[in-house]
Amino acid sequence: MPSILVVEDSPTMRQLITFAMKRISGAKVIEATDGVDALKKLSSERVDLILADINMPVMDGLKLVSLVKNNQSYKDIPVIIITTEGAREDKEKALAIGANAYLPKPIQTQELIKLVSTFLGS
Amino acid sequence: MEKELTTKKVDEFLEIFKKGEEFTKDLLKENEKLRYRIAEMEDSLQGSAGEEKVRVFEERIKKLEDEVVAVKERYKRVEEENKDFAAKYIEVEEINNALANLYVASYQLHSTLDFDEVLRIIKEIVINLIGAEIFAVLLIDEKTNDIVPVSTEGVTLEAIPKARIGEGIVGSVAKEGESYFAADLREGGDVEKGMPMVCIALKIKEHVIGVIAIYSLLMQKEGFNNVDYELFNLLAGHAATAIFSAKLYTQSERKLTTIQSFLELLKEKPKK
Repeated sequence: MPSILVVEDSPTMRQLITFAMKRISGAKVIEATDGVDALKKLSSERVDLILADINMPVMDGLKLVSLVKNNQSYKDIPVIIITTEGAREDKEKALAIGANAYLPKPIQTQELIKLVSTFLGS
Repeated sequence: MEKELTTKKVDEFLEIFKKGEEFTKDLLKENEKLRYRIAEMEDSLQGSAGEEKVRVFEERIKKLEDEVVAVKERYKRVEEENKDFAAKYIEVEEINNALANLYVASYQLHSTLDFDEVLRIIKEIVINLIGAEIFAVLLIDEKTNDIVPVSTEGVTLEAIPKARIGEGIVGSVAKEGESYFAADLREGGDVEKGMPMVCIALKIKEHVIGVIAIYSLLMQKEGFNNVDYELFNLLAGHAATAIFSAKLYTQSERKLTTIQSFLELLKEKPKK
């Protein structure tokens, strides 16, 4: 059963992404409200994929990606960045620090499911 | 005499032998003819059997050809049905996603009675689900009839000009209750001039309580789709109800606190 960590400060987006992820058969969704909360969840639960927003309080998505990709235990977990920032440089910045994919908001649910399925190999 | 008799017998024998020879020759000829005739008949018999086989094979080929045509037609029908199902699947997926968006938006809007929280949720919906970059939520002040900004994104509250009912795009939407969409969404709106590209009336039945004015979309958002228009409709009704309920709740809480304080005062008086 794949386990997906959704890191998003907006309850609306968290609920929408969780909704979409539950459509991937048998996926377990773990929710985190910011980067620090995400690191806590990572240390206590098995995670197969991370979906993270960039703009979040306490610790933003870019910092989280950087920490995850520099950690021996987590570096192989694929990270998909979801954000309102649509500029090319933001995308390049996210990918440069190790994010595996980038999805601009407003998200198209089918696109998100397809992308996540690719990384989960389902 | 005796010699003559012998000669005669020899002649007779020779004649009989000659006749026998001729008879044998005739028999051989006849035999040859009969052999030829038998061979002919055998050939003829074999020929008719071959024709029969050809006929059977031809019938079988025709039957198979008919079956191939029928299978091809069925395949074509199935292919068309498949295309139909694929198109319907995409349609159902789109509806499913639209319903998920609407459900989440509606669920979030009615998840609180805190006025500021309701405004934050409206902002989240407009940013994350619709994809707006600069927008404002404006409410009608019933005492002054001004349309006052109460929450903004991408621009300060002070930068949004107040409007009056019936004046400009915002005022007209507030008066008529009909949402406004600019003819060319790519051009965007103008904050300073109070000209949004989209203006959604927040209505409870026919009573307009405010508007959502969108001035620009996120750069990756090229236009609106069906889900966006459904979200606008949902916001028009549900956001208005959520704002109204939160305001009433806040007022009632304030009144309750005042009354409770007053009651406390009354209770304290007899002691003195």
